[in-house]
Formats: sequence, structure tokens, C-alpha cells
Amino acid sequence: MNQPVSIPAGPAAAGRIGRERLARLRRGAEALAIPLLALVISAGLFSIFLLILGKSPVQFYSLIWLGGFGTPFSWSNTLLRAAPLMLMALAVAIPARLGLTMIGGEGALVLGGFAAAAMAVPLIGTTNPVLMHALMLIAAMAIGAIWIGIAGGLRHHRGVNETISTLLLSYIAIAIMNFFVEGALRDPADPNKPSTRAIGSEAMIGKMPGIDVHWGLAVAVLACILLHVLMQRTTYGFACRIAGGNARAALAQGLPVGRLIVSASMIAGLCAGLAGYFEVAAVHGKANASLAAGYGFTGILVAFLARHNPLAIIPVAILFGGIAAAGGIIQRRMGLPDASVLLLQGMTFLVLLASETLYGRFRLFNPAARTERT
Amino acid sequence: MDGSSALVTVLAAMIGGAIRVSTPFLFVALGEMLTERSGRINLGLEGTLVLGAMSGYAISYHTGSPWLGLLVAGFAGMMMGTLHALICRLPKVNDIAVGIALMLFGLGIAFFLGKAYIQPTAPRLGSIPLGFWSSNPQIEQALEINPLFLIGIALAFFLAWALKNTRPGLILRVTGDSEAAARALGHPVMLIRLMATAAGGFLAGIGGAFLSLYYPGSWNEGLSSGQGLMAVALVIFARWDPIRCLYAAMLFGAAGALGPSLQAIGITQGYYFFNAAPYILTLFLMIGSAGSKKALRDAPGELALTR
Repeated sequence: MNQPVSIPAGPAAAGRIGRERLARLRRGAEALAIPLLALVISAGLFSIFLLILGKSPVQFYSLIWLGGFGTPFSWSNTLLRAAPLMLMALAVAIPARLGLTMIGGEGALVLGGFAAAAMAVPLIGTTNPVLMHALMLIAAMAIGAIWIGIAGGLRHHRGVNETISTLLLSYIAIAIMNFFVEGALRDPADPNKPSTRAIGSEAMIGKMPGIDVHWGLAVAVLACILLHVLMQRTTYGFACRIAGGNARAALAQGLPVGRLIVSASMIAGLCAGLAGYFEVAAVHGKANASLAAGYGFTGILVAFLARHNPLAIIPVAILFGGIAAAGGIIQRRMGLPDASVLLLQGMTFLVLLASETLYGRFRLFNPAARTERT
Repeated sequence: MDGSSALVTVLAAMIGGAIRVSTPFLFVALGEMLTERSGRINLGLEGTLVLGAMSGYAISYHTGSPWLGLLVAGFAGMMMGTLHALICRLPKVNDIAVGIALMLFGLGIAFFLGKAYIQPTAPRLGSIPLGFWSSNPQIEQALEINPLFLIGIALAFFLAWALKNTRPGLILRVTGDSEAAARALGHPVMLIRLMATAAGGFLAGIGGAFLSLYYPGSWNEGLSSGQGLMAVALVIFARWDPIRCLYAAMLFGAAGALGPSLQAIGITQGYYFFNAAPYILTLFLMIGSAGSKKALRDAPGELALTR
């Protein structure tokens, strides 16, 4: 791995670098064009579905625009949802770089959020809110990291399929939260919905200056940027990508594949736990069943649409945050069930995966492919 | 309540529960077993199960015939399986990811179309009172057996025989163990996988209809919580053998019945914890069985699930 890099010189080499840059640009354009095409096709399919039901697709999409992006109010609603979506998509994208399909972010969010709320219970009303938030944050991130880290460890040491184990861990996490929220940690003062004691609105994380969204959004964007740097610009990220490409070759190179798998899973869980912390500390103020709002599942789709690229996750999460934010207005104005958004997501996911087959098929993006084959 | 009658109550509730709860596990597991034997994995059976539950309930409500509902649920599941197979036959498409997408899609379409059927009551499937000999009402209740349970057992034995002794069974196994060998023998690999996945979807749809039309016997959005997924894990534990699928489904049924039967004698402490018992059991069974030499030996060679 430490071989000296030969530095190309002369006009021929310059031409080669130029061609490589162009090829990279074409591949980038392909990675942008094919998911966009998939989005357009699934929107078309959903329109046909709406027409069959006798509803207007034009009204549907204009309501998504209005409810998600049309007004400053809808923008803040959108960004409020985009923040956890970014973190949940990261929780899928980082292990995916290692070739792991981990989809249990929902459970790590719930358990992380619950750990934060439980940590806060004895400290409610304390004079030191900074200490309380620090402890909540550490608890949420640690529990999240351990939770998904377990799945990574089982994958490496026991060969347990990580997709199934992460989903099972999700169900277990939700059961653990319900166990405490309905029992030992239930707030007796709240008769409506079993919850932990609220940390109080004055102790919650505030809004960022200028926009009506809490600080979790800034942290989520920062996490996307940092993890992009980690995966693209460091030896750790390079090792992860090698191991994801060919685990046997990585082992032969002496890369610690097991440690990479466990650490990448822990990073994923950390992101999910962080999302849980902000849901508790900035949105709900307590832990209850509302934590399992499906961000984990939408996050899977966001990560796949972004092709597991942390920077691309930012705009895709905003798009799906907007669609989710428009769910309410669609329900009220068009009389469609709240599952419309879920159905649209499911359709998009299927079309997107089917579109994977198109990579390398277009001359425009792969001019060299045909000549290489001959 | 004295000790011995409490024990009878728990045992009767667990046996009855095991029989009732295990039936959907059994159908989904047998379906997934068929699919995986062809060399493909369909993780979307959770969505198929819920769609089957919804469509079966809706048809039973409209026509008054739960058995017709059951059949339609099977066909809805078959459509889902076909969709999975058609997308997976495209080159470069990952079957595990398609399964996740199909799970979300199935849940989406079931919740979307099923909104109208949460309130009304549909006719349910009948049962055979096999506990007529007992004077104990709890045992009588426990032995109210749905015909589907018996059909499931018969199906497990039939599949075990057919996989071993018939030509279609052999072709299915060859396809799952070595795509190259199947091609060399002139078998249409993609068509065989399509049929195996569609059949798997059909059985998962039936399992879903059992949930909505017999036990618990109503349709709502929280009807299934991972049964479809656990059944996939169960197939690994059962090492792709129909008879072992049957045993494993019974075990899962008993684990699933643990929470409600303890509740029946008034132990409500830790209700949520006991509800998590099937998931924890599944996880431990996977830890115990996934990396074992036996599992590696019995796994279909083309399966992406095992390393």
C-alpha cells in the first residue's frame, strides 16, 4: 500500500489525466441522471395509480410543493424532518460502503432517544442544563453505537446476516422502550400517552437563528460533510471501500476487516442515536411511542437514492422531508390516507432498484465501455 | 387462583397459542423455503404478509366468504412474489435490497387500501373443535384448531417428499445449488426462480390472511409486527428443510404465546418484555445457527444470504 506513486509527466500524460477527469465527470453524471430518471418514472407510476382512484395527480404534486416547499412555514416543517432523515440515511450509507445492508436505524434512534430521556429524568429542573444535555448526548450516541455495533460484531464473528439482525434489533429496541415507558419510567402526571417525564420546554434545544428549525439540522449537515471527508479523504475510508469491494482481497492486504465492519456499524448507530437525541431534546421533550415515526425506513430509501454518498444525502433528505411534511395537507385536502407517502416511497424504492440495471448501458456516460469489450 | 390451575391455564394457553400463532409462521416459512431453495432470498415477505391480511379481510367483508378472501390473499401475495422475481432478474439488481423495497411497498399499499376496513367486521374462518373430549374450558379453547394449521402440516410433509422425490423438486434444488449446472442441463433458471418466488408469495399471502381472518382475527395496521421477517430467519434456523420449518414454527408460536398466556393469569409485569421474546429468540437462534458448519453445508449454493 505504501508504494511510491509515479508522477506522470509530458503532454501525453496530461491528455490522459484530462481523459480520466472527463470519464469521472461522465460517471458522476450517470449517478445523477439514473436516480433522477427513477424518481420521474415512479412519480409517473404514482400518477397512474391516483388516476385509477379518480384523484388528480396535478393536485397531488402541487400539494407536495405547497406543503413541503411553498412557504417559509412549510420549509421549516420540511427541514425539521430532513434533519433526522439525513442522520438515518447516514446510518445506512456508511455500512453500505463496506457492502453491508444495515436497516435497523429505527431501533437505534428509538433506543438512543429513550436513553437520552431516561438520563435526563433525575436531572430535570437542574441548574446545569449543559451538563444534562452532555449526558443525554453521550447516552444516546453510546447506546446507538452499541446497538448497531452488535449487529456488526455478529456479522463478522458469527456470520449472522446483518439485514435480518438489524431489523430484529429494531423490534427489540422498541419493546425495551415500551417496557420502561409503560412501567418504571412512566410519568404519572401524563395520563394520555405513556411517556417519560418531559425535560421541560425551557431546557430543550432551541432554534437556530434566522430559521425556525432546531440545531439538529446543522449537526446533521455537519455529520454528512464530516463523514464524506472520512470516507473519501482518509485511509480509514479508503480501507472501508476496499473491504466493501472485495473482502478477501482486503484480508490478503492485511486490512483489519472485522474492526472495519464493527467500527462502521458503530458510526451508523452513533448517527441514529444522535437523531434520537435531537428528537427527544429538541422536538418531543420526552420519550414515547412517537419516536418510532418511520424515519429509519425513509432513511433507507434516502441512502439508496443518494447512492450512499454522504453529500448527496443532504438534498435527497430535504426532498423526502418535504414529501413527509406535505403528508398532512394531502390527507386533509384530497382525502387520501396517510399511507400515501409510504406507498409513494415504496414505489420509488422499487423503481430505483430496478434502475440499477441501467448503469453502464448508456453510451453517453460510458464511451469507453464498448471499445474495451471488443 | 391456586398454583396448579394457574399452571394449567398457562400451559393450555401456550399450547393453544403455539398452534394459533405458529400457523402464519409456518406458511411464510414454507414459502420462503421454496424461494430460497431456488437460490434467491425474498426479504419482502413482511410486506406480502400484511398485504395478504388486508386483501383477505377486504374480500371476506365484501363477499361474505372468508375462504374466497384467503384465496385472493394468496393471489395478492403471488403478485408480490412475481414483482420481486421480475425486478431481480434484471442484471446488477440486488435481491436483498429489492426485498426491503418490497416490504415498504407492501406495507404502503396495504395501509393505503386498507384504511376503509379497519372499522368493519368481516366473517372469519371457522375452526374444528378438537377439544370436545375435555371438560376443562381452557383446554377446549386451546384445541379449537383452524383447518389451515392442518393444511400447513400436510404441506410441510408434502414439500419434504416432493423436494426429495420428484422431478420439479430436483430441478428446484439444482437451480438453487448451482445456476451453471441448471443452465447446462437446459433448465430455464429465471423462470424457475420466478415460479418459486411467486409460490413463496402465495403462501405468505395465505399466512397473512390467517392473521386477519382467524387469529387475532381483525385488520389493523399493527397486525403484523415482524412475523414475516422472523419467518425468513426461521428458514435459516430450519436449514431449508420443510419438516424442520414445521418444528421451528411451533417453537416460535410458543414463544409468541408466552406474553399473552402470562397475562391470562394476571402477570402483566414485563408484558412488553415477553412480547419481545420471539425477536430475542430469533436473534439467538440466528447466532447459534448462522455460522455453523451444518448451516453452511445445507445452504443452497446460490444463496446470497450466507457468505
